[in-house]
Amino acid sequence: MIVELRDVHRVHGGGETAVHALRGVSLSVGAGELVAVMGPSGSGKSTLLNLCGGLDRPTRGEVVVEGWVLGTLSKRRLATVRRRRVGYVFQELNLLPSLTAVENVALPLELDGTPIRSARRQALAALADLDLAELARRFPEQLSGGQQQRVAIARALVGERRLVLADEPTGALDTQTGEAVLRVLRARVDAGAAAILVTHEARHAGWADRVVFLRDGVVVDTTGPIGEADQLLTGAS
Amino acid sequence: MSIRYGLLALLQRGPMYGYQLRVAFEETTGGTWPLNIGQVYTTLSRLERDGLAEPLPASDTGQRPYSITDAGRADLLSWFTTPVQRGERPRDELAIKLALALRTAGVDETRVIQAQRTATMRSLQEYTRLKARTAAPDDLSWLLVLDAMIFQAEAEVRWLDHCEATVARQVRGPAPAPAPATDPTEVSPR
Repeated sequence: MIVELRDVHRVHGGGETAVHALRGVSLSVGAGELVAVMGPSGSGKSTLLNLCGGLDRPTRGEVVVEGWVLGTLSKRRLATVRRRRVGYVFQELNLLPSLTAVENVALPLELDGTPIRSARRQALAALADLDLAELARRFPEQLSGGQQQRVAIARALVGERRLVLADEPTGALDTQTGEAVLRVLRARVDAGAAAILVTHEARHAGWADRVVFLRDGVVVDTTGPIGEADQLLTGAS
Repeated sequence: MSIRYGLLALLQRGPMYGYQLRVAFEETTGGTWPLNIGQVYTTLSRLERDGLAEPLPASDTGQRPYSITDAGRADLLSWFTTPVQRGERPRDELAIKLALALRTAGVDETRVIQAQRTATMRSLQEYTRLKARTAAPDDLSWLLVLDAMIFQAEAEVRWLDHCEATVARQVRGPAPAPAPATDPTEVSPR
């Protein structure tokens, strides 16, 4: 299992104004699995994603990423797991404008102490995997929106990272370009990554192996695995 | 739409006999609209009666191909350029079912909505999987038919989301009363 939420609760604030963002959510995502999370604003989608990435801590319950129980790690250790194991793709603010595509992709590796030359080599390989090798030396402003998101996916998966957390990654893109981004995400998952895709568009969730519906911090339904996937989601226990 | 325009469009490609028409029709619609051979022959004889298609001499193997007439071409062109009216589609069983669920004691309409949404989402996943396996441009017609099903399923999921939120708001009770002069369409959800 790449990421696992075990009976996770998250309460923001306290007393009468406490907001229960998540109330007992359990979810496992294995290698080769793309799980979409759907729900209206305020249903807990982004909280769920932030907890999976160690950007937030549960009030109760456990988050496990590749065997690491995030709540038991020191700050320093948590930061390392986050950098080495988890990649993010957001709707905006994905790439640093002053760096080329390959420099953007290499950045997380360099921050982690990988020598520049090796980081570059790995970054170029990640770009080539997504048919972006010829764009490696372009700056973000010289790329289309769809190309930028594909570079962001390359960066999310560079090195040994196998978990992609994507928050509305196709937000501002037209249907054709959005679909190209999802095809790329799907291909990376089929090649062994795990991904959680937060989206409010059913058409995009259609690319997932499982779709989880969140309402008011609770999983109200799931489409269950289609095809061969053997992982199961339990909303209750 | 009727089968007749489907067959006319196929005949526009060139003469074909019944079995060929059936195979071509099913290929174009990706098997989503199976035809039996009886329907094909009934439709062909109506097209012939109306002067839109005409039989050609039988081949050596005994098949009788049909070809489209000038009147048929004109009729086909006019069909292609006329928009489909939404009201001409069959009544929407789902909308009626939901309307009835709201007024029937002992039925949890939220469960009805969620069960439907999960089923529709699952179809959407299956269509998407088919699409991922289909390579353009060879199968462009099939891709477009798949896309139509995908976008329709998406619309249904959105509509169900909307129904669920509307029902939940009614159950929780109305939001604090807005000023009387406010346009009701501008009232925010909370």
